[in-house]
Amino acid sequence: MSSTPLCLHARLGLGDFVLDVALELPGRGITALFGPSGSGKTTCLRVLAGLERSARGRVSVDNHIWQDSDSGQFLPVHRRAVGYVFQEASLFAHLTVEDNLRFGFDRTPSAERRHGWDHGLELLGISHLLKRWPHELSGGERQRVAIARALATSPRVLLMDEPLAALDAARKAEILPWLEQLHERLDIPVVYVTHAMDELVRLADHLVLLEAGRVLAAGALQDLLTRSELPLSRGDGASALLEVHSTGYSPADQIAVVEFAGGHLLLPRSRQTAPPIGQPLRVRILARDVSLSLVRPEATSVLNCLPATVEDLRDDAPGQMLIGLRIGEATGPHTRLLSRVSALSIRRLAVVPGMALFAQIKGVAIVR
Amino acid sequence: MLLSPDNLQALWLTIQVAALTTLILLLAGTPLAWWLARSRGWLSRPVGALVALPLVLPPSVLGFYLLVGLGPNGPVGQWMTALGLPTLPFTFAGLVVASVFYSLPFMVQPILNSMQALGKRPTEAAATLRASPLNTFLWVVLPLCRPGLVTGCIMSFAHTVGEFGVVLMVGGNIPGVTRVVSVQIFDHVEALEYADAHRLAAVMLVFAFAILLTLQIYNARQARQLRP
Repeated sequence: MSSTPLCLHARLGLGDFVLDVALELPGRGITALFGPSGSGKTTCLRVLAGLERSARGRVSVDNHIWQDSDSGQFLPVHRRAVGYVFQEASLFAHLTVEDNLRFGFDRTPSAERRHGWDHGLELLGISHLLKRWPHELSGGERQRVAIARALATSPRVLLMDEPLAALDAARKAEILPWLEQLHERLDIPVVYVTHAMDELVRLADHLVLLEAGRVLAAGALQDLLTRSELPLSRGDGASALLEVHSTGYSPADQIAVVEFAGGHLLLPRSRQTAPPIGQPLRVRILARDVSLSLVRPEATSVLNCLPATVEDLRDDAPGQMLIGLRIGEATGPHTRLLSRVSALSIRRLAVVPGMALFAQIKGVAIVR
Repeated sequence: MLLSPDNLQALWLTIQVAALTTLILLLAGTPLAWWLARSRGWLSRPVGALVALPLVLPPSVLGFYLLVGLGPNGPVGQWMTALGLPTLPFTFAGLVVASVFYSLPFMVQPILNSMQALGKRPTEAAATLRASPLNTFLWVVLPLCRPGLVTGCIMSFAHTVGEFGVVLMVGGNIPGVTRVVSVQIFDHVEALEYADAHRLAAVMLVFAFAILLTLQIYNARQARQLRP
């Protein structure tokens, strides 16, 4: 039937909660399921994995049908080529790290094996932990082992259910770089459940917004993030995500020049290293870090001053407004930014849609 | 020799009954506990109550019903006679059958507790790692419930060694066949053989204490080790 890599059409009632979704997900990259608790994110994953027997609908991965209620098909969990990472690592306490990794590998039919049991060792940096017991690991290490264990079964899709939610900030910071690396090197789609904005903007390519068991919006993360009618643009985390390429670096100033569709930015060197020239980079610009000016400011410490066109305005928090801006010509390459300023400023500057002005972004405010 | 040949015979018989009972209970009680732990149906409630019944029922009541049920005129007894089998009361086999019922909760309860404490996460994780339900039970549930299994075995063995009322009702008092230690001590006291009673009672006391001490130490060590 359809040639979508990942198809999830499901209806399921659990007490008062009703899940009703129809999703076609891309076959590469990380798709985030995002929404408040109780919105059905985890239930979606469980239906995909076959852990919710009472769900009705259709689940297929790479044109392998895992479930089709119309024809009465239901592949039990252990026959699905699925990798599942739970919120708590859920390692088997009676097995060493190595035996945990081998557990799933040994039970995967040899015809379906695409990697050895040790596939995830280097990918997640856990080679030195093989002889340890789960209770001897830190929370972050445990979660990395759990991911490697899931990968050892050669899954066609990796499902991750808030893998960082049970970790404190330090452990989270320790594991995020490994997940970013996974993102670059994994050749299977990942469905990643989270309600944390920072994980979303660092890891996801695609986004499915869920609310009360229904899909609010689905699409590329960059597009959805700046849509003012969606809940993502409310609250402190409102931001735009830019895919940039570094085009130059000034060692004296420790400033990198990066290009994006419609303009360029000056970026102070982050704590890590200077961005390698030519390599794509992801930067996040928070709406509250973008201010507006009618004339090009001359004497200012603000590094970035981009000509912009007002696309829309929306009342935000009391006394504040959220302004959607287009950087670049509508006919050429362009990028949408969000700016949050006081309603008073908007009245004073008489900002209306279609108006041309300047968006100012402090260089150090840009999050890599 | 510290113990008379009669006492030794009773001791050996007791160990045989208890060991066989424990083995049968381990094989039957473990799946029963798993079913009780997983079942969402209404049937699990009455079955759970039935399993716990020997805890509150006087042993004589349990023994009485077993005697009637297994006897030549009882439902089970008639059925066995029809099949050409001997009836069970006052035999070694009958004693073992009675002990299995009598000690059932002591096997099932500890295993059930550890299975319930496990939650559904390990079995779900195993399923996503390509393990079939039976494979999961054997290689994930059983190893993780080992403390419950060990406790169940020790408690069942010790409890069977300590039974008296049920034995008297179903087994009677036949030397070498059904005369276990607890009955032997009763006999000694009846016959005013206090010295023999003392020796055997002391053996039982030390045994019971040693068993419970072992259990305490084992549980403390498990609590320190097997936490994920």
